[in-house]
Amino acid sequence: MFDPCTGCGERATRVCCCAATTARKTATIALVGNPNTGKTVLFNALTGFRRKVANYPGVTVDIGEAPIRGSRHDLELLDLPGTYSLAAASPDEMVVCNVLSGRVSGRPQPDVILAVVDASNLRRNLYLLSQLLDFGLPVVVALNMLDVARARGLEIDVGRLAERLGVRVIPVIATDKRTLPPFIATLDAALAELRPPRPAPLPSVIEQSAAQLAASNGQLSRGESLRVLLDHEGYAEREFLAQGGSAAELDAARRLLETAQIDGPAAEIRARYAWIDSALEGVVARSQHGRSTWSSRLDRILTHKLGGFALLLVVLCLVFQSIFYAARPLMSAIEALFELVGAQAAQLLPEGVFRSLLVDGVIGGVGSVLVFLPQVMILFALIALLEDCGYMARAAFMVDRLMRGMGLSGLSFIPLLSSFACAVPAIMSTRTIADRRERCVTMLVIPFMSCSARLPVYLVMIGALVPDINYFGGLIGLPALVMLAMYLVGIVAAIPVGWLLRKTTFSGPTSGFLLELPSYKLPRLGTVLQRAYSGGRSFLVRAGSIILVLNVVVWALAYFPHDAAARSLVEQQAQAADWGPERLKAELDAQQLRDSYLGRLGQGIEPVLRPLGWDWRIGVSVLASFPAREMVVATLGTLFNLVESSGGAESLHQALQSATWIGTDQRLFTLPVALSIMVFFALCAQCGSTLIMIGREMRSIAWPAASFFGMTILAYLAAWGTYAAAQAAGL
Amino acid sequence: MGLIHAPREKALRVTCVRNSGAFGRRLMEMGLIEGAVLAVLRRAPLGDPLHIRLGDYELSLRSREAELIDVSPL
Repeated sequence: MFDPCTGCGERATRVCCCAATTARKTATIALVGNPNTGKTVLFNALTGFRRKVANYPGVTVDIGEAPIRGSRHDLELLDLPGTYSLAAASPDEMVVCNVLSGRVSGRPQPDVILAVVDASNLRRNLYLLSQLLDFGLPVVVALNMLDVARARGLEIDVGRLAERLGVRVIPVIATDKRTLPPFIATLDAALAELRPPRPAPLPSVIEQSAAQLAASNGQLSRGESLRVLLDHEGYAEREFLAQGGSAAELDAARRLLETAQIDGPAAEIRARYAWIDSALEGVVARSQHGRSTWSSRLDRILTHKLGGFALLLVVLCLVFQSIFYAARPLMSAIEALFELVGAQAAQLLPEGVFRSLLVDGVIGGVGSVLVFLPQVMILFALIALLEDCGYMARAAFMVDRLMRGMGLSGLSFIPLLSSFACAVPAIMSTRTIADRRERCVTMLVIPFMSCSARLPVYLVMIGALVPDINYFGGLIGLPALVMLAMYLVGIVAAIPVGWLLRKTTFSGPTSGFLLELPSYKLPRLGTVLQRAYSGGRSFLVRAGSIILVLNVVVWALAYFPHDAAARSLVEQQAQAADWGPERLKAELDAQQLRDSYLGRLGQGIEPVLRPLGWDWRIGVSVLASFPAREMVVATLGTLFNLVESSGGAESLHQALQSATWIGTDQRLFTLPVALSIMVFFALCAQCGSTLIMIGREMRSIAWPAASFFGMTILAYLAAWGTYAAAQAAGL
Repeated sequence: MGLIHAPREKALRVTCVRNSGAFGRRLMEMGLIEGAVLAVLRRAPLGDPLHIRLGDYELSLRSREAELIDVSPL
C-alpha cells in the first residue's frame, strides 16, 4: 500500500516511522461519519480550511481533500459525505462505499479510515463503525464531542471502548483547538502500528453467503460482498451487476439465506446492534438522565402550534429580505463597477468589433456572472447558519405536511422559498436534500417561482399598462393584484408539474422523512463563512464560465452582421432631420438590433408570436433576455428608440404606451398583450444561468433541455390563453 | 400498541418493527429495533410528522412510517 521507506526500506500496510523521518510518507486517510457528528468541523480543524474539491467521473458529490497540518507524515485527509449506514440509500452514500473500496477511477483506495464518532450518541454512531470494520482497511476512531457528552452527564471509559472495538480510539473536541495537537500526535503514533480490524460477528449463514459470493466473484472485499448480498435492489447490487457481476452467483448466495429462513437485512442489523450493546457494556457511565433540557424547552416554543409557525414566518421573511434587499447594494456596486470598467475600456479603444466584444460581450458577461455572487453567498451563509444551530431541521419538520402534496418533503421548502429571490443559489441549496428523486423534482420546479429578475418585467408592464384602479376603498389596487397573480401563476403551475414528475420519471418509494433533530447549539462563524465561500466558489467554477460564453454568444447574435452602409443611411437621415447626438445613437442602436441575426430571428418567428399578440420586437426582447431576464427591459428600450439620457422608467412607460404595430397606428401594447408577456415570463425558463445550474447539478444535458422546452411550451400556451381570454373579456 | 397511538412523553419499548423494504431497513439501522427505548415528544403543528426521542438522540418520523412500529409501555 505504501512505497518502501527510503530510510529503512520497509514496505508494509502501515506508515513507516523509522528514524529517517526526513523521508515523509504520504498516506490518504478517509474521514467517515454520521451527519451531525462534527465531521466537517474536525476536517477544518485538522486541515485549516484548505479544502480542495476534486471531481471524479460519475461522482455526484464533492469530495473535499486537504493535507493534515502538524503531522509528522504527509497525510491527505478525504472528506466523505456524512452517512448513517453503508447500505447506500442514495448515490451520495454509495460514493462512501465506492471510495473505501477503491472503485472511484482516479482515486486510489485510501490507506486508513478515520471514523468520527459522536461521544454523546455512541450507540447509533457505532453502527456505521461496525460496517467500516468490514472493509479490511485499518480503522482509527476519532471520539468527538466529548464536551457535549460530559454536559449530558455521560462519562466514557475510552480505554475499555478501544479494547472492545479492537481499534485505536482517540478522544478529541473538534471545536476546541487545544485538543488538536495531542490528537494529531496520537494519530501519528497510531498510524505506525496499524493492523486490519476484527469485524463484528454476523450470523454464520450470512458470513457463509457473503464469503461464497466473494469467492465466486473474486473481486469483492468482505464489506462489498455483504452490501451486494444484503441490500436487495440497492445501489451496491446495481453497481455489482452493471460492472459485470453475475446475477446467478448473487442468486445462489441469496438462496443460502432463504434456505436457512433468515431475513438477511434485519438479521444483519440486529447482529450489529447486539455487538454494539455488548461493546458498550460498562463503558458509558450516566450520572444524570436525559439530554440538555434547554434544547427541549426551546423546542416547546420553536415548534409550538402557533408560535412555531409565526417564528418560522419571521425567519423566512428575514432570509428572503436578506437575499432580496441586503444583496442589492452589493449587486448595484458590482454592476456600477463593471459599467465603469466598460466605459473606461470603451474610451481607450477605437470603435469596432473588438471594442464591442470586450465591453458588451466580455466585461458585461463577467459582470452578469458576478452580479449573482452576493445572493449566492448570502443564501449559503444563512442556510449554514440555520443548519448549524439546528433550526433548519425544525423548519423542515414543521412544513413537511405541506410539501407532501407535491411528493416532496420538508427539506425542499427552503430551496423553493429562496428561489423567489434567485433560482441559481436555490438550485445549489438543494444539495441538502438527500433523496435524489426529491432533489431533482425540487430543482425542476424551482424555475417556476417568480425570481427577482422577473420583477423588472412585471414592474415595467404593470407600470405602463395596468390602470391604477383601487378596490376596497384604496386598500388594494389593480397593479398590486396583477403582481400577486403573477407570483401565484408560477406556484399554481409548479404543484401539478412537481406531482407529475414525482409520479412518472422520478417515481419511487418515498424516502420517508427520517430526519435527525439535533440539539440546538450556537452556530460557528467559521462553518458559516466556509459554506458561503465554498458556495460562491462552486457557483463561479460550475456556472460562471458557461454563463459568460452564453453572454458572448447573444452579444455576437446582436452585433453581426455589422452593416456600415445601413449605418451611414441612418447618419444621413440624422443630418437631414437635424437629430441630436443622443437621438442619433438611439436610432443607430435600434437599426443595429433590427438588422442583426437576433433581429432577423425575431422577425422570422413573428408568425408564431402573433397568437400571443406580440410583434417581432417583443420576440427579440425575449430572445435577448436569455442570459438574464432583466435584460428584456434594456432591449425593449433600445428597440422602441428610447433616447437614453432622458431615460428612466417614466419614459420607457411612455415609449411603450405610444408604440404601434409597424406601418399602422394600431397600439401594440394593450392590456391583453401586457398580461400575455407577463404570464409568459412567469412560466418560461427564460434564464440561461438557471438552466446551466440545473445541468451542472443533475449532471445532465437532457434535463435542462427538457426543462427549457417544456416550460417554454407551457408558457406559450398560457400566454396564448391569457391573451385570448383577456381580449374576449374586452380588456 | 402502535407507535402512532402512543401517549406523549412516556418511555416506551419497541416490541416490533415491520420491516418494509429499504425504508424499514433504514429505520432499523437508525436504532429503531426491538428493545430500543423511545418517547414521543410532540407532533408537528400540522399533526404530522412525530418528534421522537430515541436513546441519546431525537428524530422525526411521519405517521405512515410510525405505523411500522409497535411499542409497549416501559
